[in-house]
Amino acid sequence: MTVMEQRGAYRPTPPPAWQPRTDPAPLLPDAEPYRVLGTDAVEKVDPGLLRRLYAELVRGRRYNTQATALTKQGRLAVYPSSTGQEACEVAAAFALQERDWLFPSYRDTLAAVARGLDPLSALTLLRGDWHTGYDPREARIAPLSTPLATQLPHAVGLAHAARLKGDDVVALAMVGDGGTSEGDFHEALNFAAVWQAPVVFLVQNNGFAISVPLAKQTAAPSLAHKAVGYGMPGRLVDGNDAAAMHEVLGEAVARARAGGGPTLVEAVTYRMEAHTNADDATRYRHDSEVAAWRDHDPILLLERELTERGLLDEDLKRQAGDDAEAMAADLRERMNQDPQLDPMDLFTHVYAEQTSQLREQAAQLRAELEVASEEAEEEAR
Amino acid sequence: MTTVAAKPVTPSATKPATMAQALGRALRDSMADDPSVHVLGEDVGALGGVFRVTDGLAEEFGEDRCTDTPLAEAGILGTAVGMAMYGLRPVVEMQFDAFAYPAFEQLLSHVAKMRNRTRGAMPMPITVRVPYGGGIGGVEHHSDSSEAYYMATPGLHVVTPATVADAYGLLRASIASDDPVVFLEPKRLYWSKADWNPAAPTAVEPIGRAVVRRTGRSATLITYGPSVPVCMEAAEAARAEGWDLEVVDLRSLVPFDDETVAASVRRTGRAVVVHESGGFGGPGGEIAARITERCFHHLEAPVLRVAGFDIPYPPPMLEKHHLPGVDRILDAVARLQWEAES
Ligand SMILES: Cc1ncc(C[n+]2csc(CCOP(=O)(O)OP(=O)(O)O)c2C)c(N)n1
Repeated sequence: MTVMEQRGAYRPTPPPAWQPRTDPAPLLPDAEPYRVLGTDAVEKVDPGLLRRLYAELVRGRRYNTQATALTKQGRLAVYPSSTGQEACEVAAAFALQERDWLFPSYRDTLAAVARGLDPLSALTLLRGDWHTGYDPREARIAPLSTPLATQLPHAVGLAHAARLKGDDVVALAMVGDGGTSEGDFHEALNFAAVWQAPVVFLVQNNGFAISVPLAKQTAAPSLAHKAVGYGMPGRLVDGNDAAAMHEVLGEAVARARAGGGPTLVEAVTYRMEAHTNADDATRYRHDSEVAAWRDHDPILLLERELTERGLLDEDLKRQAGDDAEAMAADLRERMNQDPQLDPMDLFTHVYAEQTSQLREQAAQLRAELEVASEEAEEEAR
Repeated sequence: MTTVAAKPVTPSATKPATMAQALGRALRDSMADDPSVHVLGEDVGALGGVFRVTDGLAEEFGEDRCTDTPLAEAGILGTAVGMAMYGLRPVVEMQFDAFAYPAFEQLLSHVAKMRNRTRGAMPMPITVRVPYGGGIGGVEHHSDSSEAYYMATPGLHVVTPATVADAYGLLRASIASDDPVVFLEPKRLYWSKADWNPAAPTAVEPIGRAVVRRTGRSATLITYGPSVPVCMEAAEAARAEGWDLEVVDLRSLVPFDDETVAASVRRTGRAVVVHESGGFGGPGGEIAARITERCFHHLEAPVLRVAGFDIPYPPPMLEKHHLPGVDRILDAVARLQWEAES
């Protein structure tokens, strides 16, 4: 009997019952961004924490305005300001223990500073004297990543390695809304979920990728929804609500540390300044939109809450302002000194040991420098 | 650069081994010696890799040390970066040359630059194993020679063995290196055999040393990887024409062993560079330029290149026309009689 003749009698065996790997329901994000400030949930928040967050936001805002001013004085080549996004930056730093790691993007200098990094070391990339101004292993802060989303798989690999070694280290990786369209975003989330790596992905949805609005970036209901497809929970949170950010990131970090795997957090926020000082934001957005967000400023929200509960005394205000001013003054002063550069450093850190090709090139530059310095001496005489 | 010491030789244990087995042995020994060495890639676990190089590693060391990853090259290399940041030594397998391209962003922007970006604070001891080159009848995207892309990226070492002994030695040295190494495995030599003693592997020279595989007086063939046996064959055949050819196996494209190459060309006065990848913008141009800069007064003829054509890798039924073979090499050798012609 041929296969064709068999046909009528052929009854395929039913496939084994298909089982979803993960129950999707608990993974789904809230329909609205989660908020704490101005809701009943705020009653449970420690007033001391609110006050600390407030002081840190004030310091963060001052850091942003100071760094922006330094671009105008030509002291920084560029500064992608996080003004308006300070609650995300500060909450990211606060969520981590000392042994944990932060994986920032180019916009997240403030998160690194809020984590305790020297404000000047955090700026070398943007000043242009070296790419990374600190030892990432000491600071537990990966180099600020310029190529979008490429730092996300690093966070997964590090967290995975830490877990293999038996360390309860968590990695928190930051990315913008535009960065979620990159392939590395997808690969990182997929690896993290498959490996159940202790990672928290924080997407700061600030509305734009340079000039391109979110609607042209994705058709997903929210960026937090993207998590469900990977099998990890997605949380949608008001990125200007420092208390909500603190709570949601704190829970995600705790979950990761306890072996519960990764979480994707989408913080809905807004970039108040242009993309960088090289950008003209008036070409793609209206002042009215910016103005509306001014009413939802992260410092303002917290100030209102603190005032309402009688927690914002003059002492706290003055202290926070003074601390911020002192940080800015110190940064300004140190940034106004020209960095001491050694051109021979160009060859020092390419390989553990220089290749003969690089040794030749180093000798060439050294000779050029000697001639230049002799000429300069001659001229001085 | 780390030198891996040879163990005492027991000649009786010498038996035929393939390059794939030697590579597998190098992985195994590296993992046994250093618990921070981890292997990851597509199908490297139960299957042992599509070329069986990682055969038995998952069984011996567990899935945490020899890991089947999701199918994502950028993810594989990107997570390896994070693992290296935490002190591990990842050895990554890219399944085929042309499938490593999705990982280029990670390789170029992070793997190659991390030491430099962090002023030496964060080295990247990652080995990226890439089966490369043609001659195995593979369909499209299974036969590329991508070495020029890697060579053009400062911060990477680029290494490629041509013998069973070198496969073992160079891979061990690559894994021991504190810098990232792109380790190009000539697929068509995976099944090449040599008498080799796995219990007493050959001593490993530091990465960056070329070797003279055959001495000669009339001209030097400079080559590497899959083209080494072809050049050896050509050198044999050339004897009939009265040519006594020297064959230099580069073994390492970065760093480049200028000394060995220049010394050979100064002796012979003539040079042909042979490789499978395209000639335009290919490794041969760089090598020819270096030779000219160093050996101009010793040269009796221009440095010639015998390379693959400047075409996308051809379909398997046509690849024999593309790959530089003995005849094409001998043609070039004939053209080295420059004085007589001009
Ligand atoms: C891979 C890559 N492509 C393009 C760029 C250029 N670029 C820099 S920032 C940016 C927009 C990023 O937007 P988003 O991810 O939303 O982050 P945001 O700047 O809003 O914080 C682009 C396209 C880049 N840095 N990396």
